Amino acid sequence: MDFLIGWLAIIPSYTTPLLLASVGLILSERAGVLNLGAEGMMALGAMTAAITVLAGHDPWMGIAAGAAAAVAVSLLFGLAVVVFRADQTLAGLAVVAIGLGVTGTVGRPYVQQTFGGLPKLGDLLALDPANPLGRIIAAQDVISLAAPILALAAWWWLMKTQAGLRLRAAGENPAAADVAGVDIQLTQLAAVLFAGLMCGLAGAYLSVATSHVWVENMVAARGWIAVALVILAKWSPARAVIGAMLFGSADALVPRLQAIGADVPVYLMMMLPYALTLFVLFLTSLSGRGSGEPASLGAVYLRQDKH
Amino acid sequence: MHVLPAGTPPALDLRGICKAFDGKPALDDAHFSLAWGEVHALVGENGAGKSTLMNVATGVYAADHGSQIVDGSELSPRSPQEATDAGIGMVHQHFRLVDRFSVAENVLLTLGGRVRSLRAAADLIAAKAREVGLDVDPFRQVSTLSIAERQRVEILKVLLLGARIIILDEPTAVLTEEESSALLVFTRRLADADHAVVLITHKLKEVAAHTDRITVMRHGKTVLAGAPMAEVSEAEVGRLIVGEAVVAAARPQSRPGEERLVVRGLGFDGQKRGGAVELTLRAGEVLGLAGVGGNGQEQLVACLAGTLAASAGSFTLSGVDVTRATPSRRRDLGLRVIPASRFATGLVRQMSIAENLAMTNVRTGHFGGRWFLDRRRMKAAALAAIERFDIRGAGPNRRTELLSGGNAQKVLLARELDDGLKVLIAHSPSRGLDVKASEFVRDAIRAAVEAGAACLLISEDLQEVMGLSHRVAVMNGGVIAGNRPIADVTPEWIGALLTGHA
Ligand SMILES: Nc1ncnc2c1ncn2[C@@H]1O[C@H](COP(=O)(O)OP(=O)(O)O)[C@@H](O)[C@H]1O
Ligand SMILES: [Mg+2]
Repeated sequence: MDFLIGWLAIIPSYTTPLLLASVGLILSERAGVLNLGAEGMMALGAMTAAITVLAGHDPWMGIAAGAAAAVAVSLLFGLAVVVFRADQTLAGLAVVAIGLGVTGTVGRPYVQQTFGGLPKLGDLLALDPANPLGRIIAAQDVISLAAPILALAAWWWLMKTQAGLRLRAAGENPAAADVAGVDIQLTQLAAVLFAGLMCGLAGAYLSVATSHVWVENMVAARGWIAVALVILAKWSPARAVIGAMLFGSADALVPRLQAIGADVPVYLMMMLPYALTLFVLFLTSLSGRGSGEPASLGAVYLRQDKH
Repeated sequence: MHVLPAGTPPALDLRGICKAFDGKPALDDAHFSLAWGEVHALVGENGAGKSTLMNVATGVYAADHGSQIVDGSELSPRSPQEATDAGIGMVHQHFRLVDRFSVAENVLLTLGGRVRSLRAAADLIAAKAREVGLDVDPFRQVSTLSIAERQRVEILKVLLLGARIIILDEPTAVLTEEESSALLVFTRRLADADHAVVLITHKLKEVAAHTDRITVMRHGKTVLAGAPMAEVSEAEVGRLIVGEAVVAAARPQSRPGEERLVVRGLGFDGQKRGGAVELTLRAGEVLGLAGVGGNGQEQLVACLAGTLAASAGSFTLSGVDVTRATPSRRRDLGLRVIPASRFATGLVRQMSIAENLAMTNVRTGHFGGRWFLDRRRMKAAALAAIERFDIRGAGPNRRTELLSGGNAQKVLLARELDDGLKVLIAHSPSRGLDVKASEFVRDAIRAAVEAGAACLLISEDLQEVMGLSHRVAVMNGGVIAGNRPIADVTPEWIGALLTGHA
């Protein structure tokens, strides 16, 4: 029971970064831009947020700074692929390399310095620690509660508003969208910046809300899991909530099992989320029904020369 | 066409329109006048400039010269938006629909700020569909619709944008006979309801009964301007469409040799019911197969080359039945192919000239043994080909995608016109090439046939067919609609078969 409550209490903190990042990526890919840079953008977000807080700013400032750093690098990415039509796969991998390289170099002096992070609800509200529900709620923070709401809002915006319709049209059939008056480049650029914002938030959450420290490689492939989650969720922000919870739960199992001293091979356990990714990807590919992949994902749209 | 009061300005009047692409004129002093309340047929060969002229009228392209008058006032739309605002709408040959969206979502996308919600868009569609008598379900996903249904969605989109001048670019090309006649009846109704309709088409017979006037274009010029349908004969229109290209230059067949390719009752998808292809091709002759694109040419070439299984019939190469033979077996028997799209089934873009040239002969051991490639030999062969076929500006190691169209085509020729050639299938071999490169390609084919090869030339370019062939056949609806020696070919005959009811 204790084990279960402890596990449930930390699941949201493992789910949140995956969910934030994958919602951002989904919007970008729905607009037609393949976005593989999450790992790098999350690292930038995590490190920038940590440095900002270590410099004496409050955690929210840190999170804002982390998000801004990732937006800046995705502006570069967006210009490269949307305006200059660079290959999206290569540009995405370049963002990963830049993110990991910059954080490794710039962040070195700050490694392992702990700081006071984002307050938990337990610090803000008077909750009864004897009540299991109280214990679970006390372990949450504002962002982990807001993330699923944000994901559902993104789903609603995408599926139910005209602006969302236009963004989806850009990713499905840019020629048709262009004829209908959608500015393809502007739409795609905006979507890429939003993905940067969300990945930056996700990274900042890791350092400021969860770990309260910066260490190199702390993103630990969560960016790649977010990329896989996009596919699992069939490009739906609503389904991403479920997907992120699945992975968050698996990920959260490792420290809980270690905490109770269960005799499990640690490295094998740490493999779990990745093995799960492969397994679920395999299952989705079997399910056959349309993957939901935007029809023009990754394609370069060149407007016909008209005059 | 109902009678309009005298002095009513035409719905659309295009005068002296010129438009060149990269210096190549596509329209050269073209005229077109459309009256309110009429259905006007616009016909002409492929590449005559019909789509370009209508794209000028709808602001997709800007004309280099000429003027445009819409309902009595001068207006040259500078964007499709401006044309829409002036009440001109066009349904393009390639639909612009998002497959994954519902009909209503597509309409909402097009109408943008003009409607507030998906529900409002669906209501508009339903109301308009009822008004004009088109059957469309606003909530169906486009990917589940038939071609005819998608076309109706496109027409509704144009109408909902407020168009009263409606241009349909080859709408019947993709429809069955019943669907076509339903569409034609619909356009009539639309015209009677004070719209004006332009119908671009090849199928003259089909539209004759449903259109009021006809304009014929050839090589970017208007050669028949708005003649009443009742006053022109089919033969006359056929002759105007094909023009001077069809002057029978008697070409004595040097040596009518043995039968090289015999096709008997060949069947494949896209043929009219019960249709089949019959052909005999002899050594030392070119059989030119004319026809409007999309009438089964692609499938015929694929069947002969061995990339598409025939559904019926058989054919032989030099007497050997190869209907089910592998492509390499056919190659061994001397079949060579120049496909319509060079890089789709001809050359490998990312590979070098030398590799592309060697590709078909690696299997024979000509370029090394079982395991290794003899690079030196490949290079020597490539250098020889570059020399012989005058492939410009490139060494053997240059990737073929970096070559100009003409030079890439020469690489393909160099590979296919080799010593083993017995039967050449050439599909639009000079499409997209400049004049000089086209001449080179034709001379190479002529020389190969002089030397005893047989050639099946499939082309939409009548001039090419007339300039190379000893015999001419016309393909329409997936079958051979007629077959004559070049000396007996008349413009009327070709025109009638090209535009005939498939
Ligand atoms: N965007 C373009 N760029 C270059 N050439 C073009 C373009 N559009 C049309 N053309 C050329 O203009 C000519 C007329 O084409 P088109 O109007 O499509 O003919 P049609 O509709 O009568 O078959 C053709 O030679 C075609 O190759
Ligand atoms: Mg056309």
